[in-house]
Amino acid sequence: MLSVEGLRSRYGRIEALHGIDVEVGSGEIVAVVGANGAGKTTLLRCLSGVQPVSAGSIVFRGEQLTAVPAWRRVGRGLAQSPEGRQIFTNLTVEENLRLGAFLFADDKVGRDMDEAFAMFPVLREKRNLPAGGLSGGQQQMLAIARALMGRPSCLLLDEPSMGLAPILVAQIFEVVKGLRALNVTVLLVEQNAFGALSIADRGYVMETGRITMSGPAAELIVNERVREAYLGL
Amino acid sequence: MPELMQFLMSGVTVGAVYALVALGFTIIYNASDVVNFAQGEFVMLGGMMTVFGYAAGLPLPVAALVAILATAAIGVALNKLAIEPARGAPVVSLIIITIGASIFIRGVSQVVFGKQLHRFPAFSGDAPIPVLGATILPQSLWVIAGALAIFVGLWLFFTRTLTGRAVLATANNRMAAQLVGINTRYVMSLSFALSAAIGALAGVLVTPITLVSYDIGISLALKGFAAAMLGGMGNPKGALAGGLLLGLMEALTAGYISSQYKDAAAFVVILGVLFFMPQGLFGTKTTERV
Repeated sequence: MLSVEGLRSRYGRIEALHGIDVEVGSGEIVAVVGANGAGKTTLLRCLSGVQPVSAGSIVFRGEQLTAVPAWRRVGRGLAQSPEGRQIFTNLTVEENLRLGAFLFADDKVGRDMDEAFAMFPVLREKRNLPAGGLSGGQQQMLAIARALMGRPSCLLLDEPSMGLAPILVAQIFEVVKGLRALNVTVLLVEQNAFGALSIADRGYVMETGRITMSGPAAELIVNERVREAYLGL
Repeated sequence: MPELMQFLMSGVTVGAVYALVALGFTIIYNASDVVNFAQGEFVMLGGMMTVFGYAAGLPLPVAALVAILATAAIGVALNKLAIEPARGAPVVSLIIITIGASIFIRGVSQVVFGKQLHRFPAFSGDAPIPVLGATILPQSLWVIAGALAIFVGLWLFFTRTLTGRAVLATANNRMAAQLVGINTRYVMSLSFALSAAIGALAGVLVTPITLVSYDIGISLALKGFAAAMLGGMGNPKGALAGGLLLGLMEALTAGYISSQYKDAAAFVVILGVLFFMPQGLFGTKTTERV
């Protein structure tokens, strides 16, 4: 579904990605794990189009995406829940969700919103409050729900567990696992390697702008090097 | 009593003009956090182009419409040629660019339209209408109605339409706006077009009363900015209230103290209000978790 080849990207003169190859198959949950600064977020930003690509290709559902501007990629079925949530703090929860479905104006928008509220009941309670007042966990839920309102076939999730209490982390990972049932393919970027690999089908390990290991998540999670470097075991 | 009534009438008229300029500020500010100091030039262009369109033989409503559309196009050009290429620059730099643009527009207008005062006839004649012992010009009623109509229109736009919320979302978080599929460049062009059109409409409405010359923009932009700050920048309600209050303060000071002090009195009150309410009368304090 999503195929990345030789992807390079730079911030000014400093290259952050040195040729990344990643494959995501339809219906898969794929995790990209790695330490802080490995380039995971840069990779997702390239995929969603808010970070310029200096070389390489991104093919999504058979279409070359590198020249497609960010705001058009949502319409192609590629949505991102960005790092740091990036919700619209001055708008209400409901307005945030409605804007998630900015490209749509049909009856399904209302049904999708009901589904989002069913997935995260706390958002329904706070639907008319400014999103800036939500707690960190609630903002994360809103960010995921807003991305899902765009009816993606592939969802890019950036650090959904960052800064959350352990019980919320578990809840967020359950939701991500549940996306499989909704036929949403997921590319999940996480520092929480154990949590991410335990719900993923396959995984990639990223270090300083390169993919250093890849394989089925079940294998990576028992791999000695991964356990030492990222799982603290 | 009739005296007070007369001051109130003229205050509301002037206030409605300030409110229209302040409403123009609101849109661009909401979309980009930029205070567009060329807003006063849009007012001048609206009035000026209507004058020349009318003089060239167009019926007044047609001349006004052409002037508003042309000013909107100039607004888009300002965005495309001056603001968009500087995207990524700090907001202060963008504001300084708008000041530069206003000087440029004023200079070109001086050459094209000349330095003299221009006027076209009032829409509904010049016979004053008596109100409770005072009088008001029919054109003043047009100005007040225009300010109210634009206020209601903007309020509906920002609270009831998806496009309006896309403008707010773009200002709040440009990257996230792109990620939900909003074309943020289009939003910026739209904001400049709308702002310029509102400014031009103000110029069309007010020219029969105040006349128009190439340099009326500076003071209008300053007063409109003050009105917007007084009411709370970015809030249409604040722009309307701020404009009317500023107009009334000026008229009352001019009437009861001295017209020489009218600007000073208005700005003293504004400083006082902002000292105790830095967000303006209708501004909301922004509280965010990070």
